[in-house]
Amino acid sequence: MHPAISVIFFTVISGAGFGFMALIGLGWAMPNSAVAAFLISLLAGGLCVIGLLSSLFHLGHPERFWRAFSQWKSSWLSREGVLSVLTLTLFAIYALVWMVTGERIGVLGFIIAVLAVITIYATSMIYASLKTVPSWHNALTSVCYVAFGLASGIVLAATFGSASSFAGISVSVLTGLALIAAWGLKLLWWRRADGVGFSDTGSDAGTATGLGHLGKVKLFEKPHSGENYLTTEMMHQIGRKHAKKLRTISVGLGLLVPFILAALAFVTGAHGFFMFVAFISMIAGLFAERWLFFAEAKHAVSLYY
Amino acid sequence: MTMLPQTTQKKLGLVIDLDICVGCHACAVNCKEWNTGGYGAALSDTEPYGDSPTGAWLNRIHTYEVTPEDAPASIVHFPKSCLHCDDAPCVTVCPTGASYKRSEDGIVLVDEDMCIGCGLCAWSCPYGAREMDPTENVMKKCTLCVDRIYNENLEEVDRVPACVKTCPASARHFGDFADPNSDVSKMVADRGGINLMPEMETSPVNKYLPPRPKTRPESTGCGSASVAPAVADKGVLGWLDRALTSLDKLG
Repeated sequence: MHPAISVIFFTVISGAGFGFMALIGLGWAMPNSAVAAFLISLLAGGLCVIGLLSSLFHLGHPERFWRAFSQWKSSWLSREGVLSVLTLTLFAIYALVWMVTGERIGVLGFIIAVLAVITIYATSMIYASLKTVPSWHNALTSVCYVAFGLASGIVLAATFGSASSFAGISVSVLTGLALIAAWGLKLLWWRRADGVGFSDTGSDAGTATGLGHLGKVKLFEKPHSGENYLTTEMMHQIGRKHAKKLRTISVGLGLLVPFILAALAFVTGAHGFFMFVAFISMIAGLFAERWLFFAEAKHAVSLYY
Repeated sequence: MTMLPQTTQKKLGLVIDLDICVGCHACAVNCKEWNTGGYGAALSDTEPYGDSPTGAWLNRIHTYEVTPEDAPASIVHFPKSCLHCDDAPCVTVCPTGASYKRSEDGIVLVDEDMCIGCGLCAWSCPYGAREMDPTENVMKKCTLCVDRIYNENLEEVDRVPACVKTCPASARHFGDFADPNSDVSKMVADRGGINLMPEMETSPVNKYLPPRPKTRPESTGCGSASVAPAVADKGVLGWLDRALTSLDKLG
């Protein structure tokens, strides 16, 4: 599939924003001044909004984006839009109360955390619900999206928060565990994706053309000598060329560097600096990971070509 | 309306006879011509006379080589357009309601004024039936020539999709699959019409008629060794055959 930069940016950055929002909602200790409350809320909400705005660049008619809120009954893309706005609205109220009174409303925070996770899940389902792309069509896809969202949220919370521990676990240890868990799940995802082909539906050129009962089906001549929308959108070749190297880069920047930095933060106690660099590195790693998510995905229509 | 209708009164669609199609691409050309001036925005091309022309088409003709285990390969021309599925995934994924299936006749259409050009419907279609218009940035697809089949300004004989009307070999047929006595339903019953990728569970309305079994002459190749021995036992040829065969004994 064609790896559109706007969609890669959207899924990574919004995922981090909603992940961060979930941890704020769950009561991760933060510096308690009105200015800090404002800046931290701005960061969490801002990441989500920038990501969502970026996704508009993917549209042929961005000015009609508001229409996408209407079909939440059937469309995961629509649900994602509705959930984003709902979560962001509640978070704005939460942030406003926090800034003005210094109080963080626990119940509201919990609801925001749940909604933020469901929003990331909805993003993942845009892809995981497509039967035409077997490597995406699996529950592991959603698990990875949520895990990466929460892991990058934890890295952000460790950067800007004032907590030395969360839920009884040291922040650095929690960060390390979250990184290992998220990338471990991604390794499982990669293992499945590499082997799945079209085996889960049993599709091949024979079922695609309905000629399989007659013999071996092979394309003799393409409909047109040039490229078309289908071949550039669903059969993206260039992106797959450096897949192996990009996987190494994504694990290096997304897991190893942040993990080492979390260890350094643990030893030195300088959370802010080390974790901020860890976050930048992790986002770079996730860009590579998300590029591959699209570029390596094979679409059923390729069976006709 | 991105929810699919429970049932449709009619199931209008196409039967494509793969035994007859000669791969002339006339259906694709006439489709492009009719639909560039009909329903919705024009079907645009980029660089039509340049080095790498591309553009939106609603119908494309592939050609396949099918090789049985025990016979030489044969060529099958394969026109492909929207199959107007009963369980169309392109309709339910649409976030705006631009993509819909009509309850009266089952035609799947795009309301181009509501389309945001996200492309998700094209991603959800296993058949590659939808293409983004490179100029208008809205999704284009086969309308089953909805602006022809109900068009009372046309002679009744012309109220069929452009591709069906133009096919010089009559490989394409248009009709109502909900009516078991329609020509298309009978054709599908007689010839064992098939669905493309039934495992995708899209329940396509359009059906394909597979090529009829080929007659199999004993010859299986162009090398002389595989050509069946000629037998002539009468007349001049018979005499010549016998005379030349007897030369073998001398050698």
